[in-house]
Amino acid sequence: MSAAQTIGTPQVKLIPIFIMGKRYEVPAELTIMKAMEYAGYQFIRGCGCRGGVCGACSTVYRKKGDYKIYSGLACQTVIEPNMHLTQLPFFPALRAIYDYAAIEATADAIQELYPELFRCVACNACTKICPMDVQVLDYVSALKRGDIAAAAVISFDCIQCGLCASRCFGEIPQYHIAQLARRLHGGKIKPRSPHLAEMVESIAEGKYDEMLVGLKALTREQLTEAYTKREMEPAMSPEGWTPSNREGLLG
Amino acid sequence: MTTPSKVSYYPGCTLKTKARNLEESALGALAALGIEVEELPRWNCCGAVFSLADDDLIRHVAPVRDLIRVTQQGATQVVTICSQCYNTLARANLLMREDEEKRKTLNLFMEEEPDYAGEVEVLHYLTLLRERVGWDALREKVKVPLDGLKVATFYGCTLLRPQVVAIDGPNPQVFEDFLRALGATPVPFSAAQECCGAYQGLVHPVEGGRRAATVLESAQRAGAEALVLSCPLCDYNLGARQPEVRAAHSGIEPVPTFYFTQLLAVALGLEPAVCHFELNGEGALKLLEDKEYVAAATA
Amino acid sequence: MAIVNFSPRAASLAKVEKIGQLSGENVQLCMQCGTCSAVCPMAEAMGASTRQVMHWLQLGLTDEVLEARVGEFCAACHTCTVRCPRGIDVARVLEAVRLLPLRQNRDLVRPGELDPEVRKRAPQIALVSAFRKLTA
Repeated sequence: MSAAQTIGTPQVKLIPIFIMGKRYEVPAELTIMKAMEYAGYQFIRGCGCRGGVCGACSTVYRKKGDYKIYSGLACQTVIEPNMHLTQLPFFPALRAIYDYAAIEATADAIQELYPELFRCVACNACTKICPMDVQVLDYVSALKRGDIAAAAVISFDCIQCGLCASRCFGEIPQYHIAQLARRLHGGKIKPRSPHLAEMVESIAEGKYDEMLVGLKALTREQLTEAYTKREMEPAMSPEGWTPSNREGLLG
Repeated sequence: MTTPSKVSYYPGCTLKTKARNLEESALGALAALGIEVEELPRWNCCGAVFSLADDDLIRHVAPVRDLIRVTQQGATQVVTICSQCYNTLARANLLMREDEEKRKTLNLFMEEEPDYAGEVEVLHYLTLLRERVGWDALREKVKVPLDGLKVATFYGCTLLRPQVVAIDGPNPQVFEDFLRALGATPVPFSAAQECCGAYQGLVHPVEGGRRAATVLESAQRAGAEALVLSCPLCDYNLGARQPEVRAAHSGIEPVPTFYFTQLLAVALGLEPAVCHFELNGEGALKLLEDKEYVAAATA
Repeated sequence: MAIVNFSPRAASLAKVEKIGQLSGENVQLCMQCGTCSAVCPMAEAMGASTRQVMHWLQLGLTDEVLEARVGEFCAACHTCTVRCPRGIDVARVLEAVRLLPLRQNRDLVRPGELDPEVRKRAPQIALVSAFRKLTA
């Protein structure tokens, strides 16, 4: 049964792509993931959110006649004619075991856990392969000079797909080290917001208990009315707008 | 002498954390002397050692990338303080200037960067001082002459070898001239240009320790009160590891170690805090306090 | 002093070609004056003197050179190069020797096997230069 027959419309254009070296004709404008499923592959690994944020479906591919290696997420990348692709659902990058509660938030601690960090030769293969356009070399450089904060900020968009580690000349697990940096930064270095602590305290003191009890006691109709009639910030509110009823707010 | 233009500053990995005492004293002194340098906004580790294999190009990528960053900053000169960074950047620069084939291949590989052909000049801090200030002018600016301080000037390897990148001729005097301008008395000693052990102090601490012991003994025999260093790796072997080395080799008295920029900062009368003496080995700050170059800290 | 049974069958001048390719240096220029050994700071730690290494290389005896673990203990100080009266860049030759196991993916130091305290305490310059020189 031909592809056109299964789809049932003559307008769908089929293009050739090569999945792990084997040629398939699949409808143009599909994503790599959909194209692979169209071709009959069933995803057990290498598929997750299908929304571009989980990092499970990392794919490397080439284009016809082009030596360059491209990368992308299978769920987000649209196929091109004569694309040659394979997936890297997992890369065995070494992950250090540590006790988060006990670890110091210092560059020395990272240095102790991941000494291979210092094998980086700045080849930039990691940055070039990153499907999220993270400046990997920049955060590795930051980590080498002990700047955890910079590394945390630069690596923010990382989705842990592992492609950087797969290309690394120095066999460094970049994304694991960056994750450690972000965990240390977020949990132990970044200043706590004072109003968060205040809020938690006022909740513990029971400031909102009465209001919550009152809310729970409302009927569905009363709740709907209270909700639709609530005071909302206007769409074009001036700077420093505050609600007229300050009950429940801090300060 | 070239007309003053913006000078880039390349710190290297170690100066931001473990060798803060080297960086901050160096930059503080430059500011006090009116020399403006601007740190590269974006830089990577230079690799610390220059690859000597004929076919190895990947290890040249790191320093060349940094030289490209200098051009992107709009500067034609870059100054660095760490001896190994100086050596690596300078030699990589020479390679890009002299080897056409390797230059082409490296530029082709780093296609995401602009091409580079050796347009930048790599300077060591001492060279910058000598060119922009000069030793006589430096002497005039000294507020706290280090009179009576007998120092052994440890050049180490990477400032002098190979000769194409040496900061001074076959019989170097730049370090001694610098210290005399500060009022100190440089003490000649046999190990001045020998190796501290380099990375062997990390990988083979026993054998590396023997090198350190030789240097320390030599300085001691020459009657030095302190050892002046220019490189964070020399400091690891001769300063941080000094207690272990002395424990393994009897007969070596403790020798306080300083970075040359710390003595410069003290002589220029800068606040001791900029020198971060807490990162120096034992006895360093005390020696300066005893000699009254630095006011003794109040309890 | 090491005594080696030299057999023309065992030696292979082809192996020396590899050293020549990697270093760009001609070891046959060496006249065995021994100055490189005299100035070498790590001479005591090595299993053979630099002069001996040059001689072995001239004869194609790279196995003996590797057994002496010379590349591993070299500190890349370049004093040998500066002092060689024949203008041989001996440091490059030693780098080529060091690279022989590294190019076969055999590390001369393993980062994870360094003492954790040392890993923590060591300045970055020490770790970077050690791993660049001694890891594959």
